[in-house]
Amino acid sequence: MKKVILEYKRVELIITRIAHQLVENHGSFENTAILALQPRGTFFGKILAEKIKSLFKIDIHYGELDTTFYRDDFRRNNKLLIPNEVNIDFNIEDKNIVLIDDVLYTGRSIRAALDAINAYGRPKSVELVTLINRKYNREVPIQPDYTGEDIDTRANDYVKVDWKDDQCRIWIITDKEK
Amino acid sequence: MSALSSKHLLGIKDVSKKDIQLIFKTAENFKEVLNRPIKKVPSLRDITVANIFFENSTRTKISFELAEKRLSADIVNFNSGTSSINKGETLIDTVNNILAMKVDMVVMRHPAPGAAKFLSNHIDANIVNAGDGTHEHPTQALLDAYTLTEKLSNLSNKNILLVGDIIHSRVALSNIYCLQKLGANVRVCGPPNLIPNHIESLGIEVSYDLKESLNWCDAANLLRIQLERQDDKYFPSLREYSLQYGINQEILNQVDKDIIIMHPGPINRGVEITSQVADSNNSVILNQVENGVAIRMAILYLLSSN
Repeated sequence: MKKVILEYKRVELIITRIAHQLVENHGSFENTAILALQPRGTFFGKILAEKIKSLFKIDIHYGELDTTFYRDDFRRNNKLLIPNEVNIDFNIEDKNIVLIDDVLYTGRSIRAALDAINAYGRPKSVELVTLINRKYNREVPIQPDYTGEDIDTRANDYVKVDWKDDQCRIWIITDKEK
Repeated sequence: MSALSSKHLLGIKDVSKKDIQLIFKTAENFKEVLNRPIKKVPSLRDITVANIFFENSTRTKISFELAEKRLSADIVNFNSGTSSINKGETLIDTVNNILAMKVDMVVMRHPAPGAAKFLSNHIDANIVNAGDGTHEHPTQALLDAYTLTEKLSNLSNKNILLVGDIIHSRVALSNIYCLQKLGANVRVCGPPNLIPNHIESLGIEVSYDLKESLNWCDAANLLRIQLERQDDKYFPSLREYSLQYGINQEILNQVDKDIIIMHPGPINRGVEITSQVADSNNSVILNQVENGVAIRMAILYLLSSN
């Protein structure tokens, strides 16, 4: 069964809310950078970064991080893990890093991201923003600092975030069909 | 995207264009890794690689070793000069002994053409051919073609010239296969003695006129005169070879366009290429070396997931 759980109007409100929360905590973003996770976190990351820029008229460092080489499931299944592009044109040493992903589920991608970040230097701090927080079935002790929406799902549900023309609609699919 | 179509890299002849493109795309990501402050990823941390070199090698061996270390693999090195080969042990026995120590991948260079293929028929590990006699040197061809695509964006209908000792060169054969699969036009040029008979049957051009060929090509790959394989006299003297087929600045000045100069190394400076050309802006020789590590990381990464 497929069910829409969030339409774009609601997502837009969420993005505006998180933008305000981030500026409340990071001020002018002088020593803060946004790092969106490849591949799917970059849609959300770009829109959130643009929202902060347009609402508060500030410049922010925005980059995209790929975690493929740090994943713990390489050679654990038959799927080939193809890496994505990394775009980080600033120094992360001693910066406050805001990691962005669309869905937080087992937490393993974020664990890999924490390893990947260290290859670029030692950040002052790392925070996590996630559009959807699937509360159950976490496999590592990782929690978001900013959440769009908490949802209750079962292990065989699938949450799909569809981005089209910078708008998004979020589905929950409950019969395993992906 | 699907994985590589083979669990070994034995030669370019059996590698598809799709595989080459996958290797290039993955190498691009590894090139980025090599420019990070910490140039190491944990992808192969549970893999052990044996580097088995029955022939001398400097850059290929260092390049493979560095690629393996950057991927966090464990490495065992084996050189024939210091091994039991000298005591009469066969290739299979040597390698089986190494595999009994639970090695997952073997990178091998051997003077006999087909040695890597022979090994792949008898053992279970992933095999990477690091050069088998005068047959193939697939990783060199891949890094050469990758370096060219960086400069020329794509190789479709580009003219690529291989100059020099074609008959003894495993780099030449692998380059011909690789460049053709990527759509390039290939020509070989050198003294008639150093060009194999019937090489045209591979679908390439043959020329003995260096100046005309340089005007034809977009890039020239100058192959090393393999002094160690010259059992017969193929040309009167190195000086004569150099006068006819060596590339110097004067000859390049007569070419009416900028061409890319490549060399797989090690360079015999003053024989196939002068120092001035080797160190000029046309030369991408050091880019080839840099790309070699990224290409080999990509190959090891992709094969290890097969």
